[in-house]
Amino acid sequence: MSEMPWYNRGLFSSLNLRQKTLLTIAITGLVLAIIFICGYMIDANLPTNFAIKMKPPSFEHPFGTDWMGRDMFIRTLKGLSLSIMIGLAASIISSIIATILAFVASVNKYCDSFISWLIDLFASVPHILLIMMISIGLGKGAFGVMMAVAFTHWVNLTRVLRAEVLQINTSEYVALSKRFGKNKLWIAKEHILPLVLSQIFVGTLLVFPHAIMHESSVTFLGFGLSPHEPAIGIILSESMSYLAMGAWWLAFFPGAALLIVVLLFDIIGDNLKRLVDPSQAND
Amino acid sequence: MVKINNKKLAKFLGFKAIRLLILLIVIAAISFIMIQLSPIDPVKAYLGQRIVSQEQLAIMGEYWGTNLSLGERVMGWLQTLASGSMGFSLIYRVPVTEVIMQKFTASFTLMIVSWIISAVVGFGLGVIAGAKEGTWIDKAIKTYCYILQSTPTFWIGLVFLMVFSVYLGWFPIGLSVPIGQLSDTVTFWQWLYRLILPAITLSIVGIASLTMYTRDKLISVKKSDYFLFAQARGESFWGIIKNHGIRNILLPAITIQFLSFNELFGGTILVEQVFAYPGIGQATVAAGLRSDVPLLLGIVIISAIFVFMGNLIADLIYKYVDPRLRGDDDE
Amino acid sequence: MAKLLEVNNLSISFTQYVQGLNRHDLKVISDLTIDVAESEIVAILGSSGSGKSLLAHSILGILPYNSHVEGEIKYRGNVLNQELKEKLRGNEICLIPQSVNFLDPLMKVSEQAIGECKDEKEHAEKKIKQREIFAKYGLDESVDDLYPFELSGGMARKVLLSTALIEDPNLLIADEPTPGLDKKSVDETIEDIKNLKENGKGVLLITHEIDVALKTADRIAIFYSGYVIEINTVENFKNADNVLHPYTKALINSLPKNGFKLTEGVQPLDVVDGCPYYENCPIRLDKCENNKPKLVDHNGVMIRCFNFEEASDES
Repeated sequence: MSEMPWYNRGLFSSLNLRQKTLLTIAITGLVLAIIFICGYMIDANLPTNFAIKMKPPSFEHPFGTDWMGRDMFIRTLKGLSLSIMIGLAASIISSIIATILAFVASVNKYCDSFISWLIDLFASVPHILLIMMISIGLGKGAFGVMMAVAFTHWVNLTRVLRAEVLQINTSEYVALSKRFGKNKLWIAKEHILPLVLSQIFVGTLLVFPHAIMHESSVTFLGFGLSPHEPAIGIILSESMSYLAMGAWWLAFFPGAALLIVVLLFDIIGDNLKRLVDPSQAND
Repeated sequence: MVKINNKKLAKFLGFKAIRLLILLIVIAAISFIMIQLSPIDPVKAYLGQRIVSQEQLAIMGEYWGTNLSLGERVMGWLQTLASGSMGFSLIYRVPVTEVIMQKFTASFTLMIVSWIISAVVGFGLGVIAGAKEGTWIDKAIKTYCYILQSTPTFWIGLVFLMVFSVYLGWFPIGLSVPIGQLSDTVTFWQWLYRLILPAITLSIVGIASLTMYTRDKLISVKKSDYFLFAQARGESFWGIIKNHGIRNILLPAITIQFLSFNELFGGTILVEQVFAYPGIGQATVAAGLRSDVPLLLGIVIISAIFVFMGNLIADLIYKYVDPRLRGDDDE
Repeated sequence: MAKLLEVNNLSISFTQYVQGLNRHDLKVISDLTIDVAESEIVAILGSSGSGKSLLAHSILGILPYNSHVEGEIKYRGNVLNQELKEKLRGNEICLIPQSVNFLDPLMKVSEQAIGECKDEKEHAEKKIKQREIFAKYGLDESVDDLYPFELSGGMARKVLLSTALIEDPNLLIADEPTPGLDKKSVDETIEDIKNLKENGKGVLLITHEIDVALKTADRIAIFYSGYVIEINTVENFKNADNVLHPYTKALINSLPKNGFKLTEGVQPLDVVDGCPYYENCPIRLDKCENNKPKLVDHNGVMIRCFNFEEASDES
């Protein structure tokens, strides 16, 4: 009996596991691309119309309207696309950091212990606090929060890559290359990088959901994007003032939409991981 | 039952203490430099939209130390540290240690309560899901965890507030102390009543990760040779889960729960902000937004110690409770 | 002597997922037939890692979920279905596992020998019995409180044997009882297993060490590439001329005392159409390439080879 994730059972039962996994990745990717492109095309300066302010969800405004009469659905879409963009940039930067650090760790024993110590150091302060500090240090805003998220999310991938590089480094053919007088950089480029490339790719995708969540959390606290940006964190922190008045739609829909985006990225990452490393599918 | 070699323990703790000291120095230094390099002007951040005269601005600059050069600020900070204090909080206008003591105590109860909830519920759900792997109950638990892991903590808090406080009216909106009452006159029940919602919110994310961990561990135990052998000996399924499964996953689960202090502290910051719970999390946000550097540094240090303690306990459990490691006398 | 265990035409296969999530079926045991009587030791001899242990797991009903089983297993004439397996395992049929890995690493060995108990009374009774058995095998009281990782190889072997004997079973399945043991412990283990036979128990011994099989068993089944190719009495194994299958002959000739005549070739890993030994066989026939021989009775010897199938047809 094979164990399949809950989300790709049933509907496509005629397909085999490989096809299902690929299909899941394709559909999820498409949905995210649509959200991103739609949000990107929307003009950030939404028309304000005080005549329709604070309206609960309706056919015209499926997510309701805010205190300035702006459509919450459009604001949410714009916020999501902003989140995806920052998340994308942050995960790519953090993967680059992770790759560099993993290779540095492989140089010699001292570099390795230094990287281990660095990992310990970053794991020793609560993530959110660290992101807050880095964001403050860089002057907040999109750049601040992006770099802050990037600088705090390399730890896991570095651990994985470090172990992987270590394993490849002790393999026969690397030993052979060394005996042929190839230098370390050549070995890293020709032997190690191609082998860990898929790991880096999957690792980047797995960082994505965390990056998005942390960005919105820090923005919610007031250390991320500025209040003028249409970010989900800003929308949710604004909604706090209207909760007691019963304007539940201001908080519910944007948060739920964020959850779905994060979940979709999670699904893509998990499925890709399964494709690259099939040992999990045998369980 | 547990034999502890005192000499070995002392050596181990001494080693850890030195590590902690180095860690704190590095963290404090990095944090300090990072805040000092920030392009954000604390005086402007404090004032926000308010307009003040030049004289007032100068006074405030002196109060915040923005009129000093970077070198002078570093010296000043080192002097305060050398005198054994963490300095004065700029926004609360009392010593940083006092603010932290008071706020951290409030947060500590919140964190411990939710930590215990997530440990008990998470472990229980994990054992059920792992034992019943592949059944609908496993799938339900897995789906629940999967969704929760993708949910921002503060949004769960917001939804709880909307449902239980605004719609159902069971709990007050925000504030851990009833308005017009001093915090020390609050009765235990009032306090507990206001703790419920934040504690549950905070525990939810912890539950998800512990459940998944416990489930995976139990499944790998189920694949182990000793589980197979216990089955081959005709022991009952739940008997094996109890005698061999839980016996082998309890220790790693407790360890992982102690290692979660990092996320716990981070979660507290968000949850306190949503529920207006006057603890260390709110102090952190206030200190960060209004550039209260001494307080922020103090909080970074206390949070690092908190996380370190969690890791230390996890280490100790492994070293002194697991019989496989207990016997080893060499480091 | 009454037959304790009969296994007829047993096949076990697995479904696996390999890179890129493509399905792959893996056949581990094919058309296995064997039986064990009371007071008899039957050895299954095959190379290590060839899946012999799965026979034991199949008899006890502890195969993993992704396995597929065909064929029939009987205990004292009754078909062993999952329900009956669950009822009999641990009291009538007991497994002596391969290694100390089969013991819970965090449980004291005496408690493991005692196993699951309904109440305090049962536990106290079993505790006495456990002490008796441990004492019989020379394990003093200090051993009771040890954890599995603290046992030496020989001690572990005796503890594992004790776990099987506490319920006084009729059929024991010993899965690779000797690897990693020193010469003295191996001899002791062989003696221990032979003693079980003296007490009227049936033993199915699964091993890859021909030496152990020759010293212990009454009959030996040769397991090759997932098939049983010959079942013969231990007397016949003393001389290569008395065994029938060319592989068995080669095996006996490769023994140190017979001059180490090594055979060429490896066991096929993929499913083949014909005889699994076709590639290496010195007496192969044309039809061996594409047809599978059946396990047939040739003058009391079970043999899977067309050379003998025809001979028995003629006679």
